[in-house]
Parts: sequence; C-alpha cells; structure tokens
Amino acid sequence: MKLALFIPCYIDAFFPEVGIATLELLERLGCSVEYPLDQTCCGQPMANSGCQDDAAPAEAQLVRCFQGFDTVVGPSGSCVHHVRFHLDAIEQTPQTQKVRGSTRELVEFLHDDLKVEAFPWASFPHKVGLHNSCTAVRGLGHARPSERVNDLYFSKTGDLLGKVQGLELVEIDRPDECCGFGGSFCVTDEAVSAKMGYDKVQDFYRHGVEYIASADMSCLLHMKGVIDRLNLPLKVIHIAQILNGGPL
Amino acid sequence: MTQVVDPEARAARFIALEIHESTHDRLVWGMRQHRDKAVAGIPEWEELRELASQIKEHTLTHLDKYLEEFEAKATSLGTHVHWARDAEEHNSVVYDILSAHRVKSVIKSKSMLQEECGMTPFLQNRGIEVTESDLGERIQQLSNEPPSHIVVPAIHKLRTDVAELFAKDLGTDPKNSDPHYLAEAMRNNARPRFMAADAGMTGGNFAVAETGGFVVCTNEGNADIGASVPPLHVASIGIEKLIPRARDLGVFLRMLSRSALGTPMTQYTSHFHGPRRGGELHVVLVDNTRSTRLGSPDFWHALKCIRCGACMNTCPVYRRGGGLSYGATYSGPIGVILDPGFDLRKYRELPYHSSLCGSCTEVCPVKIDISDQIYKWRRVVAAAGLLSLTKRVGMSALGTTLAHPTLFDAAESVAETVLAHAPRSLLYNSLNPWGKHRELPTVPKQTFRQWYLENRKKGS
Repeated sequence: MKLALFIPCYIDAFFPEVGIATLELLERLGCSVEYPLDQTCCGQPMANSGCQDDAAPAEAQLVRCFQGFDTVVGPSGSCVHHVRFHLDAIEQTPQTQKVRGSTRELVEFLHDDLKVEAFPWASFPHKVGLHNSCTAVRGLGHARPSERVNDLYFSKTGDLLGKVQGLELVEIDRPDECCGFGGSFCVTDEAVSAKMGYDKVQDFYRHGVEYIASADMSCLLHMKGVIDRLNLPLKVIHIAQILNGGPL
Repeated sequence: MTQVVDPEARAARFIALEIHESTHDRLVWGMRQHRDKAVAGIPEWEELRELASQIKEHTLTHLDKYLEEFEAKATSLGTHVHWARDAEEHNSVVYDILSAHRVKSVIKSKSMLQEECGMTPFLQNRGIEVTESDLGERIQQLSNEPPSHIVVPAIHKLRTDVAELFAKDLGTDPKNSDPHYLAEAMRNNARPRFMAADAGMTGGNFAVAETGGFVVCTNEGNADIGASVPPLHVASIGIEKLIPRARDLGVFLRMLSRSALGTPMTQYTSHFHGPRRGGELHVVLVDNTRSTRLGSPDFWHALKCIRCGACMNTCPVYRRGGGLSYGATYSGPIGVILDPGFDLRKYRELPYHSSLCGSCTEVCPVKIDISDQIYKWRRVVAAAGLLSLTKRVGMSALGTTLAHPTLFDAAESVAETVLAHAPRSLLYNSLNPWGKHRELPTVPKQTFRQWYLENRKKGS
C-alpha cells in the first residue's frame, strides 16, 4: 500500500525518533511510504485559539502537500483530529475534502485498516501506563470513553500494545482524565494545566508505571516536562516506538 | 467599561490554596464517580439521553406555542403569569408583586435565574430582606460570593471555612467544624426567618405546557417550606424550561439527579399547580437573551440545559480552578458557553479556560455539544477582535511561519539553537509560563526532516 507520512511539526522538531519509528513500522508492515518534504503544520494551534484567518495558510499548505495521496497516516491523534474534523478555515474544495477524508491516525490505521495481528519484532518487558489523549478517545474513538459506562469496553491502543511481548498494561485511577496539555492552553492557563499534569503523572507513578505510552506526543511532551521537574523515575514513549521495537 | 474576567489568574489563586484545590477536586470527581455508578444502573441511559435531547429540541423549536399553552393553563389554575424580556424587567416585575403585598422579607430557594438577574441585590437595595434557604446558597450569601457550582454552591469551601463564617455571623464556636453542629446552627437561624417571611420565592426546574404546572427539585425541602408557609409564592422560570407534557417529566426526572449527584431522585420533587387555598402564586417567565440564543445556529442547543452540573463535575479545569474562577453566574463548561452570550467582552477569556477534552459533551444528559460550542466561541471571540494581545500576536506569527516550509525550517533551527545553548535563567523565568512548573523539552541532534534527508534521500 502506498501512503504519505504526515509528521506533525512538534514531532519533527522535538521527537525525530517518533517519526523514524512510524516510518520504519509502516514499512515493516509492507507499506510504501513517502514523506512529502514541504509539510509544516495542520493549522491546529491557530484554529484552536479561534484564529481562522491565521490557520488558513497552514491548512492550505497541508492540502497542497497531501492532495496527491489516497492515504495519509500521521502518528498524532490531535493533529489527525484537526484535519478530519476542523480543517474548515479554507474553502472545502474537492482537494480539501479528499485530504480530510484520507487522513488516518496511526493507531486506527494499524487496528482498523491494516488489522495488524502481531508485532513479532517487538518486545517491551515493562509496566506501561496508557494515555489515550482526549482527541484520540472522544474525537477519534480509540477507546470507550469512561463517561459511556454502559457501552461495551474497547481500546484499540490497548489491543495493539497487548500484542507486544513482555508488555504489562497497568490500570490507573482516572484512565481518560485530561493530562492538561490542551495546546496553547498549557501556557495561557498555566496553573491549571500544570496541576492537571502533576495529578496525571502522579496517578501513573502511584500505580508503578515505568513508561507512559501514548499515540499523542504533545501530551507526552507536557507530562515529560512535569516528570523532569519532579524528578520521577518515569519515562514517556510514543506507541510507534513500542510497536516498532525502537528507536528509543 | 466592563471589567474583563481573567479566569486563569483566578484559578491560579485557587490552586495556590493547595488544600482547597485538592479537596475540591476529590469531592467533585466523587460526584462524577457517583454519576457513573447511577448511570450503570440504567441500561437504557443512552436512549434516555437521546429522548431528552429530542424533547428539548422539539419544545425549543415550538416554543411560542408551548409558552402560550402554559400561560393559558396556568392562568386557568389561578396562577398569575408575567412575562419579562430581560433581567431588569424580571426584577421590576418581582418588585412590583412584592411591594403590592407590602413584603418586607423574602425567603428564597435556589434559583440560577434569579442569580442571573441580580435579583437579590436589586430587592435589598429597595428595602426588602432576602434570605437564601438552601444551605450552600446561604453560605455563599453570607460570604458575599456567587454560587461556585449549580448544584452544590459552596463546594469550594472547606468545613473549617464554614465554621469560621458561621462563628462570625451566627455566633457558633469557630473551632467546631462538625457538619451536624454547623447544620443545626443554621437550621435554628433559618427557621424563624421561614416563619416570619412575607413571601417565598423559588425557581422552577420544569414547566409543563399541558398542565400549566411546574416542578421544583431540591434536596433540602427548603423550597417547599418557602412555598408553603408565607401566603405569597413567586417563581422565576426561564422560557427554556418548558416541556410539552407531564409524562415527559418521567424522562428528565430520571436523569437530573443521577447526572448531578448520582442519586436516583432529588429528595424533594414538588409539583405546583395553581395557588394553594388562601394563597397567591405568581410565575415570571423570563427571556433575558434566550430568544436571541435560540436564533443562533451554533449555540441554540445550549438552551437544552437542565442545570444538573454533570459537566462541571467531570471538567478537569473546573475541578482544579474552582467555580469562582469563571467570575460569572454560570461556571464550568456550561458557563463557558452561556456567559459570553450575556456579555462577550466581559467573558471573552472563558472559552480559553478549557482544555477542550470533551468529557462535558459525553456526560451531558441532554446531549449538548458543549465542547464543540466552546471551540466555536473561540472563533466568535477572535472574529470580534477580542482576543488578548499575547494570543493574537503569537497566533499571527505562528500562522505565517507554519504556512511556509522554508520559514518553518528556519524557525526550527533558531528554536533548537536557543533551547540548546541558552542559560537556565533565560529559559525559566516569569515570561515563560511553560517553565514555571515544567522542564522544557530537550533538543534532539537533528529534526526528523534532517534525518530523513540524510538517511532516505541521499543520492535519490
């Protein structure tokens, strides 16, 4: 399968290993992956602040960059969520609609589209706490949100991680409580954001977690900031790194 | 000029009172957990939500018909029905009723609408004494604070705060914070006021068009005494509280308290159909921006709200920052989408007091798309040119950079150089909100793009 790799701007700048893991993993699974070099950002930071005019050029750039592909895969729930549900600062041309419709988040692509059964190359003998981001759970449907108590339980991310040898998933008290990142919220509402981050990290720490794993590096960036400030023996990792068996 | 509410600064002050914040988070999250348990006992919960949403949408899209039906039926029961376009009209209608009856003191139960209208200060400025009879509301009244939660108005206070407050106002022992002792003291203080009041005032949770009756839900029974002891009962009801039929109550009453506190029903669910023998009953139907909202394609769904507070209980921002951080009548996620409708300038920062986690939308018993509306209010704020300067400048620069691959590349290099080489004092100071409680990310040797060019594009 031929597809385009969408590497969100903050992953490009701060977490190249996540981009590498995603690329290698998709190739291992038989995909022919192209990384268009003129990609920047999906426009989410500006759009989330309500600034549609400022978001429009980035959104247009994203469409120009990916319109030639039938499938676009990105390792970020929140960016993919923006593309699919909120990419409306620009005209809804057939090209825009095509890109919105063909952009997939890595977990759903592996779980729903490729229906991957095994990751025989991966082994991760650690206690892992799963952080499904808010956009992943309530926006993209990665897992049953905790509010929907009568729905059948499911977790696509958990299913994938469950296929990794040696990995032990650890339950925490508030599984899908927001970590407090929230985009620009993390600086404009600093005190609340940080307190949410402290509480979330402490929840993982209390339960003996070694690694916090997520499909959203932005949440992990925030939680890592908290972990480093508190000097806790916790690490963060993108699930692409676990499923690919590195790089760390 | 109206003072712009700064929810971030207010929340930061609440968080700085560590024990208040942690207790508040624990108690309010506890209500969410009770809600989850109660909902688990109702297998058809999601069907009920859908039904409740549809009944409300139907009513709101036929509101003129149902309001007139309610007025006719209520009048035939002997209720006096009044109409108020806005808060001022509501207050003057109420004042006229009270002064016609020479009312000197009013005992009132909880009403978010009367709060919204600023009724208590209005009446007190005209010489009418107003006493809140809901315990939490009375605590807030004695503290000169608005309610911090729709259902549990003083939830942000510790019992030791209440002990100090009551010591000052009721003469209790400031060191005794035993809840039974404090509740008993308040009971003894409130009873003579119930007996002496010339009028009782309530809100209304549901007004039934078919019968002309209305329903008041409380857990303390205070509304019932207020409505039963004095000869005059005045109820303020927002026009969005209408439901078509008495049988529709079966849907909403099953959801209201389960969503709010996780209990099957409120302790008291009182139905009022006309005045009691020898008494007088007045209902004031209030618009106060509701019909304007009804005309808004993006925001009219907020009128479905039944004021259960479930969105507050689940909101991680509300639980950390407390209800008073919103600086408005309505706090929490529902406040974020209601308050800017009253005064966009004053409440322009509220839509940013949210991480957009979406949990509010999932717990809402009437399926209001709260989180989506928060997102849309941000667009309204930005389009009205009301975005704060820091947000505006940052977003414009970011927007330009992210639209241009070469600029983006250059910005990345600059950021990496700065982060890698700057001294700690430059990175961690008051101008960098990230660094106040968190470490900055470390910078990798190369970006993904650089790695890709080196490893995958060489020679191609």
